[in-house]
Amino acid sequence: MTDQIHFILNDRTVCTSQPTGVTVLDYLRLSEKLTGTKEGCKEGGCGACTVLLGELQGEKLVYKTFLSCLLPLGELSGKHLVTIEGLNREQLSPIQQALVDYGATQCGFCTPGIVMSLTGYLLASEKDIDRAEVKTALNNNLCRCTGYGAIKRAGSKLVQSLGNGEVHNLETWIDRGIVPEYFRYIPDRLQQLPQSILESENDKVSPKFVIAGGTDLYVQQGDILAESTVRLLNRSPQMKGISTDGDRLHIGALTTFAEFANHSAMIELIPYIQTYIQRIASHTIRQRATVGGNIITASPIGDISVMLLALNADLVLQAGDDIRNVPLREFFQGYKKTAKKSGEILTEIIIAIPPSATKFNSEKVSKRQYLDCAAVNSALSVAAPSANAIRCEGDTIREISISMGGVAPIPLFLKQTSNYLIGKRVNQEAIAGALPLLQGEISPIADIHGSASYKRLLARQLLIAHFTKLFPEFICLQDFYATN
Amino acid sequence: MKRIDAIYHVKGEAEYVDDLPLPAEILYAAVFASPVAHGKIISLDIKDALALEGIVTVFTTEDIPESSQWGTIIADCPLLAKDEVQYIGQPIAVVVGHTRAIAQKATKLIRLEVEELPIIVDPRDAFSRGQIIGTPRTFVLGDVDSAWEECDLIVEGNCKIGGQEHLYLETQRSRVIPLEGNNLRIYSATQNPTLTQKTIAQMLGLPCHAVEVDVKRLGGGFGGKEEQATHWAALAALAAWHLRKPVELVLSRSEDLTMTGKRHPYSSDFKIGVTNEGKIIAYEVKHYQNAGAYADLSTAVLERTLFHSTNAYFIPNTRIFGVSCRTNLPPNTAMRGFGGPQAMFVIESAIAKVAETLGIPREEIQQKNLLRPGNRFPYGQEIQTDSLRRTWLEAEQTYNLTAIRDRINHYNASHFETKKGYAVMPICFGISFTATFLNQASALVHVYPDGSVSVTTGGVEMGQGLSTKIAAIAAKAFGIRLQRIKIESTNTTRIANMSASAASVTTDLNGNATIRAIVQILDRLIALAAKELGVKDGENIAIAKEKIVYAGKETDLTWEHLAKAANLARINLSAHAFYATPGLGFDRDREKGHPFAYHVCGTAIVEITLDCLRGTYEIDAVKIVHDLGRSVNELVDRGQVEGGLAQGLGWMTIEDLQFNEKGELKSNNLANYKIPDIYFMPDIIDIKFLENDGNSPAPYGSKAVGEPPFMYGIGVFFAIRQAMKAFKPEMEFAFTSPLTPERVLCELYTDQLKEIA
Repeated sequence: MTDQIHFILNDRTVCTSQPTGVTVLDYLRLSEKLTGTKEGCKEGGCGACTVLLGELQGEKLVYKTFLSCLLPLGELSGKHLVTIEGLNREQLSPIQQALVDYGATQCGFCTPGIVMSLTGYLLASEKDIDRAEVKTALNNNLCRCTGYGAIKRAGSKLVQSLGNGEVHNLETWIDRGIVPEYFRYIPDRLQQLPQSILESENDKVSPKFVIAGGTDLYVQQGDILAESTVRLLNRSPQMKGISTDGDRLHIGALTTFAEFANHSAMIELIPYIQTYIQRIASHTIRQRATVGGNIITASPIGDISVMLLALNADLVLQAGDDIRNVPLREFFQGYKKTAKKSGEILTEIIIAIPPSATKFNSEKVSKRQYLDCAAVNSALSVAAPSANAIRCEGDTIREISISMGGVAPIPLFLKQTSNYLIGKRVNQEAIAGALPLLQGEISPIADIHGSASYKRLLARQLLIAHFTKLFPEFICLQDFYATN
Repeated sequence: MKRIDAIYHVKGEAEYVDDLPLPAEILYAAVFASPVAHGKIISLDIKDALALEGIVTVFTTEDIPESSQWGTIIADCPLLAKDEVQYIGQPIAVVVGHTRAIAQKATKLIRLEVEELPIIVDPRDAFSRGQIIGTPRTFVLGDVDSAWEECDLIVEGNCKIGGQEHLYLETQRSRVIPLEGNNLRIYSATQNPTLTQKTIAQMLGLPCHAVEVDVKRLGGGFGGKEEQATHWAALAALAAWHLRKPVELVLSRSEDLTMTGKRHPYSSDFKIGVTNEGKIIAYEVKHYQNAGAYADLSTAVLERTLFHSTNAYFIPNTRIFGVSCRTNLPPNTAMRGFGGPQAMFVIESAIAKVAETLGIPREEIQQKNLLRPGNRFPYGQEIQTDSLRRTWLEAEQTYNLTAIRDRINHYNASHFETKKGYAVMPICFGISFTATFLNQASALVHVYPDGSVSVTTGGVEMGQGLSTKIAAIAAKAFGIRLQRIKIESTNTTRIANMSASAASVTTDLNGNATIRAIVQILDRLIALAAKELGVKDGENIAIAKEKIVYAGKETDLTWEHLAKAANLARINLSAHAFYATPGLGFDRDREKGHPFAYHVCGTAIVEITLDCLRGTYEIDAVKIVHDLGRSVNELVDRGQVEGGLAQGLGWMTIEDLQFNEKGELKSNNLANYKIPDIYFMPDIIDIKFLENDGNSPAPYGSKAVGEPPFMYGIGVFFAIRQAMKAFKPEMEFAFTSPLTPERVLCELYTDQLKEIA
C-alpha cells in the first residue's frame, strides 16, 4: 500500500504517493521543480521556504503561513498549498510591487519568503492591518542584505494603502489583487478532493515517529523522517483546543502556541501572555508548534513547559484505554527523559485556575531578543526562562511557585526557593535570603547559550526581576545595592 | 530608479545555481570532511559509502590529476586532504550519488582513522610557536619611541575581537556541465569567476580556455564567496570531469557553517599617548590575526588592517604591527570591511580608554583628532577630501548631538534599572584593492540593430545592485532608455582575467570599463550620424533621450534608426574596453605609497538602552551622515548603507561564533548563531547623504558604498559600554567583542559572579 495524498498545489489538483514524512520543501523543489521556494537553513530559522496552506474550517477557507522545511507532506492532504509561483500574475501583487518600489530586495534569496509571509499576514487579517503586526508577520524571515529598512518601508506603504479600516475576507483580498482570481474557486475544489490514504494511518502499521507540530523533530531528524513511517497527530480531530470545566482549564496537547496564547481563558489567566508569546519562537512556528510537543520534547528550556510548571499543570497520558494523570512537576525525570511510557500519548494538559488575586510574571533572556532558536525548544535556552505564580495578602506571600529553565537537565520547579518565600514579606531581605537556596537547587551547565556561571547569575537576576516587575511599590533593583 | 532585477526577486523567478532546469543524468556531490582539527590521516575506508544504493563513486586526493593545492596569494590549501588535516570541516573526500540526500548520507558511512595532534586555536599562542603565514608587517609614521615623552597621558590595553559568519542566505553551490572535448562549463555562486576558472584548470591540467565559469547572481556573498566559493566548484568539477556527467554540489547550512572560513578574530595590544586636552600624539598597536589553517586571503586582510589602524584620525607618531597567525580553525577569509573593522575597533577602544581616564566625552577626543585634507596616513598617502569633517559637523548639527548627550545624561541621572548610552562613530575607508594589480576591469557591449543593448562586465551581481548601476551607467552613457539595456551573466569566456567582485570597487571599475566601451561605439555612431545629417562637426552631435541631438537641437534621427543604419553600413556595433585605476602604487619594502584611489567617509551616532538587571539592550536609533559622492542610484546605495550597518551592529553584539577547545564550531546552525532580525534593527535609522560635488574617479562622480557603512556598527559597542559605565562608573570593562548580553551581565556583576562561584 502506498500513500495517496490529495491536495491543491497553487491552481492544480495534485495527488502524490511520496512518503508522508518528506518535507514540503523537498517535494516542491525536487519533484515539482518549483524553485521559487528557497532552502536557506532547513531548520525553520530563516523563512526563505515560507509557503501558505489553506484549509476549510466549515465553509471558511483559512490561510496560514508555514515553513515548508518543517512541514510533512502528509499535512497537505485536503488542503491548498500556495507557493510564490501560485501568487504570480502578469501584474505584480500590491505586496510584490511595494517591495520593488522601496528597493526591499537585494540578493533576492529571502524575497519569496517575505512575499509569502506578508501575503499570509493579509489573508489572516480580518480587521484593519497595522505596522506592528507587519513586523510580527516577518519575524521568521531573515534578510542578510537589507537591514530590513526598505522592507519596513514597503510594509508601511502597504498599511497606508490597504489599511483603511475596512473589514477583510478572502473575497476582498482577491478584489484588491493580493491573491489571484483562481482562489475564488478553491473552497469548492477542496470540497471535491478525494480522501487521502496515508499508510501510517493503517491500524496494522506501527509508525516509527508520531508527529505533532514537528517543529523540533524535523530540525533534529529531518532526513530520517523523510524515509520513515510517520503518524501525523494533527490529522485526527482530537486533542485540540482549550475548554473550561468549572475551575479547570483543559488544553488539548495539539493546541498550538498561537491558539494557547490567543485563547480568552489563557488571556484571563495570564494577562501578559500575548506580549510574552512574541518572545517564544516566531509567528510562523507558533502556528504549528504544539503545547504537548513542547512538553514531550522535554527540553530543559521549553518555554511553555516552564510556564506550565509554575501553574502546577497536570498531564493526561493515554495508551489505548489506559488513562493516567501525572503532575507536570513529576513528569521530567532527566535530560530529555520523561515519565511517559512507550506507547503512551500526551492527550491533555489540565490547569487548576488559581484564585483571582494571583499574579504572574515570565522572564526570558536570550542573545537575540526574538526567535532565539530556530526550533521552539532550544530557542529559549540561553537565559533562565522562568515563570512564577504568587498570591499575596498585603505584601506577605501566601503561596508561590517559581520555575526555571536552562538551569538543570529538566525544566525545573524551584521547590525550596518557593517554599522559603512562603510567609515572607516582599522585600529585599526575603529575596536575598532565597538566593542561596536558589543557587543550591540549580545545576546549570555551560553550553552554546551561556556559561554555567552566567546562568547562575541570570537565575539570581531573574528572581529579582520577578519581584521588581510585579511589586515595584515594595522593591526595586536599587535595594540590592544598598546592602550588596 | 528601481532595481532592474527586483521583479524577478519578488516573483521567485530570479535564477540561482540550482534553480536552473536540471540536465539529464545529473549527479550530486557531497563532501566528507575532517572531524578533527589536527591530525595525521592513517586510513580512509570508503567501502560502506560505496556500497550504499544510489552512490556512484567516491573521489579522494589521489583522483586529482594535476595541482591538488590552491589559493590566490599562497597556494597552500589542499583541495582534498592527503596525509594530514588542519581543521574540522576540511574536505577529505567527495561522494557522488543520484540524489543530494543519498550523497550526504553516504558521507556518514566513511570511516577515517586519524592520529590526533595538538591543536592551536589562539593567535597569540600560534605566534609564540612561530606558526605564522607570510611575514609580519610594520607601518611607521613619525617617531613613536621619542613621542611618548611629549604625552601627558599614556594608556595601554588590549582587545579581543570576535569573528563573524557571512551567513549569505544562499549557501555555497556549484553545478558543472561537461562539454565536448575536455571542456567544462561551471555555474557557480562565486564572487571570483576567474579564480574558479584558474583553479579548476590547474587542478585538471587544462588550459584556462577549456573552463568556462558563468555566474548569473549570488544569494549574498559579503566576501564569503570571494575566495572560498572556488573550493566547492573545483570539487564538483573534479567529479564531473571524471564521470563525464553533470554534477551539482550544494552545501547544507550546517556544512557551510562548519566547512567555510569567516571574518578573522583578532587579538590586539594598543598603547596611546595624548595631551591633557586629548590631542593624540602617539599610537602603537600590535595585531595578532587568527588566520585559520591556510593562507586564503589572510595576508591581504591583514594589510588592510594596517591601512586602517588609525581610522579617521591623524596621529603624527604611529607604529602599527600586524601578523597573520596560523591556527587549527577553518581558513578565515574576506568579509565586508576586510580587516578594516578590526583595526578601527582597536583605535576606537584606545580612544575610549583615554576618554574614560581623562573623564571627558569620547567624541571630544575623536573630533579633536579627525583627519584634515593633506594629513598623511601612516602608509604615506595624503587624504584629499574634507568630507570626513563635513560629515561629522553635519551629523552633530542635523541630529543635535548636544541634545542627545543632555537627554541621555538626564535619563541616566533619573533611572537606575535601565541606562542609556550613545557613541559617535566616524569612518574613513580607502577605496581600491590594496593589491594594485587587481584594480582592472573590462566590459563587452553589443548594440543590436533593433536598438537593444547587451552589457557584460567582469563584475558579479550578489545583491549589491551592480547590474542596476551598470544598466543606469550604460543608459546614461548612450543617452537611451534603461529598458534597452540588458545586463548579462558574468562569464569567463566573454570577459577574461577579471578581478573578484570585492573591495567595494566593482561598480567603480566595471562601470568605467562600460563607459569606455560605450564611448567607442558612440564615436562610430556619431560619425555615421554626422554623415546622415550632412555635417562635419561630429563633436556637436550627442544622443539624448533616444534622439540624435545636433548643436543642442533635437534632430529627426533616432537611436533605433541609427542602430539599424549602422548595421547596414557595416559599422561595428560591439566594443570591448578595459579600465585600470590610474595613479595607484604601493611599495611593500618601504610600506609607503598611494594604495587608494580615494577615501569614503561618514559619521554615525548610535543610541542604545541597557537593561542593567538582565544585561540585555536595545538599539534605539542610528543616525548617519554618509558621503556617497553623486549617487548613481540612491535606492541601491541606501540599501547598502542600511545593510552594512545591520551586519556591523550584529558583529559587535549578538553574532557569537563559538569554537570549543577541540576547534569545533558550536554555533553551527541558525538556532545557535543569531544574526539581526527585523526586531533587532532600530526603527529609527536616519541617513543623510552629504551634499557633495567633490570628484571621484568612479562613474559620474559616484562613490563606492559596499563596505564603509559596515563600520558604523562599531559605535554600538561603545554606546553599550557607556551605559555600562553609567551603571557602574567605578568599574573597568574589557574591550572584548561581541558584547553579548552574557558578557554585559558578567562584566556588570563581577562581585555576584564570585559569590555564586
